[in-house]
Amino acid sequence: MTATEVKTGRFGCGVESEALERARAEPLYPPWTRAQWITAAVVAASVLLYPAVFTQPYMRHIMVMVFIYGLMAQGWNVLAGYCGQISLGHAFFFGIGAYSAAYLFTHHGITPWAGMGVGVVFSVIAAALIGFPTFRLRGHYFAIATLVIGETAHIVFLNWETVGAATGLWIPVERDAPLRDMQFHESKAPNYYIGLAFLTLATAIVYKLERSKIGFYLRAVREDPEAAQSLGVDVTRCKMIAIMISAALTSVAGTLYAQYTLIIDPETVLPLLLSILVVLMTMLGGLGTLWGPIIGAAVLVPLSEATRVWVGGTGGAEDLMIYGALITIIAVCYPSGLIGLGRRLLEGRR
Amino acid sequence: MTTEIVIQTIVSGLLMGAIYALVASGLTLIFGLMEIVNFAHGEFLMIAMYTAFWSYVLVGLDPLFSLPFVMLVLFALGAATYYGIIRNILHASVLVQITATFGLAVFLRSLAQFLWTPDFRSIEDPIVEGRIAIADVFLGLPQIVASVGCILAFAALYWFVNRTETGLALQATAQDKEAASLMGIHTDRMYALGWGVGSACVGVAGCLIANYYYIFPEVGLTFALLAFVAVAMGGFGSLVGALLAGILIGLVEALGGLFAPVPAYKYVIIFLLYLGIVLVRPLGMFGRY
Repeated sequence: MTATEVKTGRFGCGVESEALERARAEPLYPPWTRAQWITAAVVAASVLLYPAVFTQPYMRHIMVMVFIYGLMAQGWNVLAGYCGQISLGHAFFFGIGAYSAAYLFTHHGITPWAGMGVGVVFSVIAAALIGFPTFRLRGHYFAIATLVIGETAHIVFLNWETVGAATGLWIPVERDAPLRDMQFHESKAPNYYIGLAFLTLATAIVYKLERSKIGFYLRAVREDPEAAQSLGVDVTRCKMIAIMISAALTSVAGTLYAQYTLIIDPETVLPLLLSILVVLMTMLGGLGTLWGPIIGAAVLVPLSEATRVWVGGTGGAEDLMIYGALITIIAVCYPSGLIGLGRRLLEGRR
Repeated sequence: MTTEIVIQTIVSGLLMGAIYALVASGLTLIFGLMEIVNFAHGEFLMIAMYTAFWSYVLVGLDPLFSLPFVMLVLFALGAATYYGIIRNILHASVLVQITATFGLAVFLRSLAQFLWTPDFRSIEDPIVEGRIAIADVFLGLPQIVASVGCILAFAALYWFVNRTETGLALQATAQDKEAASLMGIHTDRMYALGWGVGSACVGVAGCLIANYYYIFPEVGLTFALLAFVAVAMGGFGSLVGALLAGILIGLVEALGGLFAPVPAYKYVIIFLLYLGIVLVRPLGMFGRY
């Protein structure tokens, strides 16, 4: 490269123009290869045809749970994976979504679709109220603060008579208009496709977010908040956007869960274990990646079902023992998750 | 409501607070050393209680006398956790560390349920039992013994960390691992020691409360949650902070149970107090960094 070429760079600066050219030659998100398109088509087709092949309710049930937890994990990943803020209280947003829809339908006969919207609004407001003070806290302090907020909500709902306290809410069974009431008693297929649709929508949102300017800001905040701030990134605003998107997606998962099981109580939609479960799923799949949360849910839900079916049922908690040991082993041996492992294997082959 | 009841409640709260303080001290010691939160801390407490219980049932050793043995078992458990798990994830992200120790917690809890069933157990006839009355305030003797024991253990821990050569080496490792190892400190062994000592703290607490508390696989959950709050409230890594926050939590828990409209809201009061404190002081009362 000669001196004149350096000066004719777009910004009059050689280094920057070189970087730009390299970026153009090797984009951060290259277009899909043929192999990737084929894989995507096969996955899409098999997911769409799954209920036609597996007609047993149990097999469909597993997939519905994969979609609901995958959706929640996708939401958690926006805040923790992309923005680096570890929340251990996401069950709160899940609970808001579940309770909003269930309460409005049970007591006022309002369709759960509207309830889902109300849940999203409430959880976004809650997210803003939580984020505003706690985003001053760093690392472990933020994690413990969110854990405490989640547990507070758990205790309050356990004692709040209006929403059924410890008994929870039993959604009345209606058979007149299944789609309007979002409850299906003939088959699990509608639940399956609704779950799939929302998970796809959430993934599309995160896909757009990942490639948008704000997505890069979020990752900058995750890597180094001070450096991001010094480059003009509004750190608090970025965290706020992340927690609001995160809460909204998690809340929708809560509504879907409530309408699927038709009975919710604080022990199923607000426990600390649920908050931790999404952490484990995202970690297992791959933190801060688009497909990580889904892969994590798709592995962990059947795994916990399988250990429960094969070795559980004796009251001896052998299933949870295996589950706990596996989580530790995965965290220690494959900290970058299954996606990281897959990438390493692919690169090794090349 | 009479004054006696309030005084009684305050004293009980202080006694419970001493136990929370020691549990939190173990947690904060480990954190101060290597910035890892042990999410299996409550399960360590549970293991300590079961160790005391089985020593009593199988060998007939009263918790008062099995205390050194329980401490040893917990020290070994802590050191083994360090060598088996933590050493491999020292430089991993916070989430990996949370996941690994949480998996260990699930494993230990289920193991206890598998081996010893979910039944509630208690030590039938310990040496220390009954109660004493000072004026109109009645206090359970096992509670007093447990709390005094925890305070003594805390004092010993404080002395160990600040006054002995090994303790100073521990602090040096916490401050700067590279510099410490250049000074000839075996930092790896220091980390293992930190895990051992931190776990031995819950060993003392678990063994002493086994005298009067029910023993079951999930017993550690509440203790651990309150210990996390105490550690964050006092400031991660600060022993004095853990002591004060632990006692404060015990006090608020007792008074909250007395005055709150719903007794369960005592935890809500503690959590709100915690949130209030970290909002004013984001690093807790005595946070260092």
